[in-house]
Amino acid sequence: MKLLQLLLLGVSLGSIYALIALGFVVIYKGTKVINLAHGSVLLAGAYAVAVLSPHTGFLPALALGALVSAVCAALIERLVAATRSHDHLVLTILTIGVDILLATELARRIGSKVLTMGDPWGDGRVEILGTVLPAARLAATGVGVLLIAVFFLVFRRTDFGVRMRASADDPRTAALMGIDQRRVALASWAIGGALACVAGVFLAGFPNPGLDQTSGLIALNAIPAIIIGGLDSTEGAILGGLIVGVTQTLADGNASSLHFLGEGFGTVAPYVVMLAVLMWRPSGLLGSKELNRV
Amino acid sequence: MSETTLAARPETGADVSRAPARKAAPRLAVVVLCALLLCAVPLYLEGSWLVIGVLGMATAVGAIGLTLLVGTAGQLSLAHSFFVAVGAYAYAYLAGVPGTSDAQGLGLPSWFAALAAVALAGLAGLAFSPVAARVKGLYLGVASLALVFVGEHVLKNAVPLTGGYNGREVTPLSVFGFELTGDAPDLWVLGVPFGGQERLWYVALAVLAVSVVAAGRIVRGRPGRALQTLRDNPAAAGSMGVSVRAHKAAAFTVSSVFAGAAGVLTALAFGFIVPHYFSLHLAVLYLAMALIGGLGSVPGAVAGGLFVTALPLLLERFSGELGFLAAPGSGGLDAAMFARFVFGALLVLILIAEPGGLAGLWRRLRRTRR
Repeated sequence: MKLLQLLLLGVSLGSIYALIALGFVVIYKGTKVINLAHGSVLLAGAYAVAVLSPHTGFLPALALGALVSAVCAALIERLVAATRSHDHLVLTILTIGVDILLATELARRIGSKVLTMGDPWGDGRVEILGTVLPAARLAATGVGVLLIAVFFLVFRRTDFGVRMRASADDPRTAALMGIDQRRVALASWAIGGALACVAGVFLAGFPNPGLDQTSGLIALNAIPAIIIGGLDSTEGAILGGLIVGVTQTLADGNASSLHFLGEGFGTVAPYVVMLAVLMWRPSGLLGSKELNRV
Repeated sequence: MSETTLAARPETGADVSRAPARKAAPRLAVVVLCALLLCAVPLYLEGSWLVIGVLGMATAVGAIGLTLLVGTAGQLSLAHSFFVAVGAYAYAYLAGVPGTSDAQGLGLPSWFAALAAVALAGLAGLAFSPVAARVKGLYLGVASLALVFVGEHVLKNAVPLTGGYNGREVTPLSVFGFELTGDAPDLWVLGVPFGGQERLWYVALAVLAVSVVAAGRIVRGRPGRALQTLRDNPAAAGSMGVSVRAHKAAAFTVSSVFAGAAGVLTALAFGFIVPHYFSLHLAVLYLAMALIGGLGSVPGAVAGGLFVTALPLLLERFSGELGFLAAPGSGGLDAAMFARFVFGALLVLILIAEPGGLAGLWRRLRRTRR
């Protein structure tokens, strides 16, 4: 029973990570940059939700927060596009610079406060199959599944999705076909940002105490997820997110029997899994192999 | 001044050998002058300034290692702070006096411990190199992230080795009873008391000089060319007879040796090390130094290392005089925050305007002057 409880908790946490990881992957597919400022974008959105929700109610605040995150991400995209370098490495490090700026400003605003989201679930608990789960986590799973379904529908079925996928596959040909690459890049960053905001809101919710200035660092937990799944695979991001969520919850839940590995092993466990996966498949589980023509 | 006594120090000699024979005269003069100025610093500045300088030099040594790895060999690593930590803690453990605190020690002679710590850091790099051989590009960068987190976890939990969360003390470096980074025995040079900080300055300067020379020789020599070919086209490098796996492993090892030296110096400068210092933040800072200086440029890495380390420390010192900075913890813009803002903005600006970093800027200036 304990195992089932941990598994369900892990899946719910994993669905939050999946949202963050999906954001990373969308941005990577659109512009070939790993957005290391993702944590700050997440924090910016969640902070906006926390500030707005007492005035506007939760749902409008969530929408506005997602907008804030999307705009933040789009602005970072403009900065990245302004560089003269096309080296992905340099562009990725540029996002570290932006992250420092954004994270410092948010840390200054948040200070030592712990902000609550004002979400309708509060600290409610729900009983399923004899296990007790936080309502907020269940909602996170539901919203996660919904958002991911919408995401795949849009990318598979609409003209917009076809444009995005075509550009990710072959930017040059896509540009020749009249697909505006700038818009594609902006759209992918904005989508990534909005997903991060939703994930941030659920991460700050119960059973976590709330949003503080280090909450952005949680986005880093999604990094093993994208590597496990494969950097350029959306399905991989979701799979990776779930693996990370379950691994972390299982390691935390069995902390007493894993004590020989040290305290707080749960946060490190996903990285150990990631290293193992990388040794086995260097491009992740579902990532496409890099081919070299000689 | 004390040119005669100080000019004979080893670091001056090492610097001189770096000037190429062709247009040696003016460059030699500049190098000698710089070396003399740097040697004279402890005679004029007080201890707390020297510590800032020593920390700057220590990180510069580390940044040189990273610029070799990322710039010359083209292997992105976010794990540099881990190898720095290996150097620092290995020294603290090997040289530590047993039975003084929670953290144990082997009580080895400290000069031997310092060398062994540097070698251990190199071995750690070698141990990680199988991963580097399999994983490429951004994947490698992110894979190396695992080392930072796993490393920090180990540092916090391996209490007998590291002292755990609260850190452990570092024994001063000494050679046959003469403390190179401590106060015993008393030493006065030209009426200035040479305590631990003054002596440490010279140790750091010597290590920096050796590092600059060694790294310069690696970059400009045969191994550097092999690594650059490897970076630009592994298949071509392989067909030219460059062993891909061995060179990739060697790049990681050498870079970790520099990191280890930086770690020992950092540990000596602080005198007390805590796991929190060797976090992801430090790894990011190292990467930023290498980039600000210009990837693959050794002088650039030194400049980047000095700048990135010294900026927040200097701002903190002057925060009283700079009227717009608030006191720490008051919720306003304090010195540490301001330093981070400057630093982030600079990183973004440099990468947008001049992706070649300071080295690229320097090259462009020289071209326009001609």
